Amino acid sequence: MNAPLPSTIVPPMLVMDHVTVDFDGFKAINDLSLTLESGSMTVVIGPNGAGKSTMCDSIIGRVRPTSGRVLFHGQEIQREPEHRIVSRGICRKFQTPGVLTGLSTIDNLVIAATADRRWWKSFTNAGQDEARARAETVIEQIGLRDRAEALAGNLSHGEKQWLEIGMVVATDAELLLLDEPTAGMGAVESTQTAGLIKTLIGRHAVLVIDHDIDFVAQLNGHVVVLHQGQLLREGTLEDIRNDEEIAAIYLGRAK
Amino acid sequence: MSPPPSRTLDPKAAIWLAALLLAIIAPFIVSAYNLNLIGRFLALSLTGMGLVLLWGEGGVLSLGQGVFFGLGGYVLAMHLKMADLGQGELPDFMTWSGVTKLPVWWAIFRSPVTAMLGILIVPTAFAVLFSWLMFRRRIGGTYFALITQALGLAFATLLISQQGLTGGFNGLTDYHTLFGLNLNLPSTTRALYWLTLLLVVLAYFGLRWLLASRFGTMLRAARDGSNRIRFLGYDPGPYKVVAFSVAAMLTGVSGALFTLHAGVISPALVGVVPSIEMVIWVAIGGRYSVLGAIAGTLIVNFAKDKISTALPELWLYALGGLFILAVTALPNGLAGFFGSDRWKRPALDETLARWRARKAVS
Repeated sequence: MNAPLPSTIVPPMLVMDHVTVDFDGFKAINDLSLTLESGSMTVVIGPNGAGKSTMCDSIIGRVRPTSGRVLFHGQEIQREPEHRIVSRGICRKFQTPGVLTGLSTIDNLVIAATADRRWWKSFTNAGQDEARARAETVIEQIGLRDRAEALAGNLSHGEKQWLEIGMVVATDAELLLLDEPTAGMGAVESTQTAGLIKTLIGRHAVLVIDHDIDFVAQLNGHVVVLHQGQLLREGTLEDIRNDEEIAAIYLGRAK
Repeated sequence: MSPPPSRTLDPKAAIWLAALLLAIIAPFIVSAYNLNLIGRFLALSLTGMGLVLLWGEGGVLSLGQGVFFGLGGYVLAMHLKMADLGQGELPDFMTWSGVTKLPVWWAIFRSPVTAMLGILIVPTAFAVLFSWLMFRRRIGGTYFALITQALGLAFATLLISQQGLTGGFNGLTDYHTLFGLNLNLPSTTRALYWLTLLLVVLAYFGLRWLLASRFGTMLRAARDGSNRIRFLGYDPGPYKVVAFSVAAMLTGVSGALFTLHAGVISPALVGVVPSIEMVIWVAIGGRYSVLGAIAGTLIVNFAKDKISTALPELWLYALGGLFILAVTALPNGLAGFFGSDRWKRPALDETLARWRARKAVS
């Protein structure tokens, strides 16, 4: 009774509370509970089919949990339409680059940075000065200043990945979900990407999914290991590396 | 020393300006027959322009534009039929089919004002309802194309089956006056030709404005990444609904003007085959270019007129060949040869680069 209790309890930014996603009997994620704090960096690893992408999908509303709750600042969001969830401040980068190929790099960012996304607003220029200013900042951050007027479809694969990270950042969402941001990148590009992601922490909370253990080491975040849809371990990368059960799973000795 | 900024007209703009001037004075330099053809084809080009918005910029392929063409055409044709009638009279084909009373949905278009409004509102309202139902349920791509094609088939079948109300297979023809003007007078045909030209020019600038606006950017964004913009917090559906409906309105006006110039509207002009031909005009002209669509419509239709007169059996093969050529070698159509619209897709550049790479290897 000595510890002072806070007068108001601030709920964590994101809570997954016993979430299960059942695809016709296959539990892609199974009774998963996880907490993310504002401004934090979390890295999710796990073998193929462990449920990493499905976890992201269930947060942004692309798939709906069969049971369990997803809470953002204490409010349930697991039944809300996708665009409501986005407007609360959660934005996701997909595994394959989803840039808008027929538009210029800067236009991609301006679209992401536009705050009022109702369709009839597209007949006006309301809020465009702010959006453009934000896009200009982000394009510096992702190092694509020279490519501002290039069509996004003509960017290299790595540049497309950066652009899509930039789009997610440009929304100024509080929580960024980055699904395999280094897919298809070489070592140099991966290192640059890690540097970029580290600059985002603090202003945003970032959750990264990746396989590449070198990249994960560079990010130096809190590591979560998923296996068969369940949370297997949490901790620093060092803890995880020294865990024999995890080594067994990765080396294929698990039953 | 760098050259002073040129004040001369950009050559492309000069060519189009010259073409526009020629089009304006055409009534004094071409025969009545050819003037009628140009008028018809200019009217059709409004349909092509609608497809640039819908298919090129919106990425939505509709194989049922004939429906909206027909709605506009039939509304005007109904008005024209009634304009020639005395009080209490019925159009001839109704009498032959034993219809004794003018249906209400005919009677409302008796007044010129409601007829003009009907040409704009009927196709557009139907398009809003239809596309909203489709895009709300995220139906797109091939499924959407097939549903629109079925719609075209159903529409033509319905028209044919209701002989007593629609004129059936023969459609509606044989009209003489519009707003009290005699349609057979040369002065009237000239005026109608200029009206058509004016509407084409207005539609051109209207579309250019729409495509340059933020709406245009969002429409292209919805085309290239429906899911991406959905997870950026946008609803891609409404952009496509607006594009589909504006295209339908242009197509309705196109059908009405065509009916005036051709003197007939019938199921054969609105069904599956004409709907596919409309897409082909634009594929050949260039589906990302408004001017390309106008040029494509004119070129294909003049070719059709000449070839099908001389060698009727050859036309379909020629059309098919042109279509295959356009789709495989020229994804941006004839417009791909000229200039670069800012919103052009990288398709042509990529095709050329691939082709050069292959040549370099061999």
